[in-house]
Amino acid sequence: MSDVLAVDVWRGAENGQFQAFTLPRRQHQTVLDVVTEIQREHDSTLSYRFACRVGMCGSCAMVVNGRPRWTCRTRVNEVVSGDERLRLEPLRNFTVVKDLAVEMTQFFDKWKAAHGFFEPGTAPEQDFAVVPPQTKERQAADAGIECIGCGVCYSACDVVAWDRDYLGPAALNRAWTLVNDVRDRGQAERLKAVSHDNGCQACHTHMNCTNFCPKAIAPTYAIAGLKRVLFRRALRSA
Amino acid sequence: MRASHKQRGFVAAMLHRLSGIALAVFLPLHFLALATALNGANALDSFLALTREPLVQALEWCIVVALALHLTLGLRVLAVEFFDFREKTLAALSACAAAVVAIGLVLALNLS
Amino acid sequence: MLFVAQRTTAFILAVAVAAHLATILFAVRGGLTAAQILARTHGNVAFALFYAIFVLAVAVHAPIGLRNIVREWTAWRGRSLDFALILFSALLLVLGLRAVVAVCS
Repeated sequence: MSDVLAVDVWRGAENGQFQAFTLPRRQHQTVLDVVTEIQREHDSTLSYRFACRVGMCGSCAMVVNGRPRWTCRTRVNEVVSGDERLRLEPLRNFTVVKDLAVEMTQFFDKWKAAHGFFEPGTAPEQDFAVVPPQTKERQAADAGIECIGCGVCYSACDVVAWDRDYLGPAALNRAWTLVNDVRDRGQAERLKAVSHDNGCQACHTHMNCTNFCPKAIAPTYAIAGLKRVLFRRALRSA
Repeated sequence: MRASHKQRGFVAAMLHRLSGIALAVFLPLHFLALATALNGANALDSFLALTREPLVQALEWCIVVALALHLTLGLRVLAVEFFDFREKTLAALSACAAAVVAIGLVLALNLS
Repeated sequence: MLFVAQRTTAFILAVAVAAHLATILFAVRGGLTAAQILARTHGNVAFALFYAIFVLAVAVHAPIGLRNIVREWTAWRGRSLDFALILFSALLLVLGLRAVVAVCS
């Protein structure tokens, strides 16, 4: 293993350039360690995000050597071998605020647009809802509820890159978990919110989202589920 | 190049998309060719004489392959979307696509 | 809606294309000439019906697919695009049914 690590870090916003740094190579370094060391020891003007640093919050997501990942959970040894350089860029498909930090507003606006929120209805139940965990709907919902909104899937999605209005895998995955929530009373509006040119129909099953999700969630299958519900509803009303 | 381009799903989707475009361009020409039969079998035959040109045969083979590709990759999409197919076995599907393409290849070579 | 139409015709085409590929490969291996092929298809109602449905499905399926591609890879969208695609659909329908008549009647 070489003694030094060469790092290229994106500086600026949409327009900018890569800045090169050289750091000592340490055996168990994570990419977050590298970014932190750069900011503390080399250039304090570098902007980046992190919070928990233990793979729980998703704040540290960025593009590492072309792949969107959590930097706190990515060992340098995983992505760099020999004298390869480490290349750090902000998440794709987001507006860059500065350096490695991106603007997340549109991402969360799309969650709202996809009705990714629970709708109790005008007459909520007075007692606890009984939802057996082994039912098909609950299992489908459980497969997707661990999403913490890190943006990796959104960054990886080609359709978002081609059409910034596409709701995106995270928003649609969340919508699917709620479509499967038997207590929810807003299904009709939710289905309408996800079935248009920028909704689930725009997904072309490239599966980048599923491949890159750090929590092993599969938005592709959630979106497929939405498509099936849509299809059945359309056939029934025909 | 973005990393996503190396993912198998992207490659599959691109092949599907490009073969679709090729077919969309080819079809009107195909219909026009067939319609020469309106002037009798001889008209169609003399048009088909064109197809013995090696260049035309090569293009015909490409279109058959494009059709086979578009069909098999389309089946992949339909499987994931409607039959909840979990694509750990993308390898199996690629093998299927390859088999069909191979068949199209071998049999299309009988065009001469 | 468009998505439902596209997937429905996809299912129809999956069957039709498989059948068509098999038929054509059979005809080619058999070394059939145009006259021989036309002799089998002329006045054949089954062939005519099959290919008419085939043409209809294609006239729906192809333009919708192209619509996605154009909207994602170019800046063209909206009414003018939809109109152009309807024209393309009509073209496929007209040329296709004309070919069916040519071969099957």
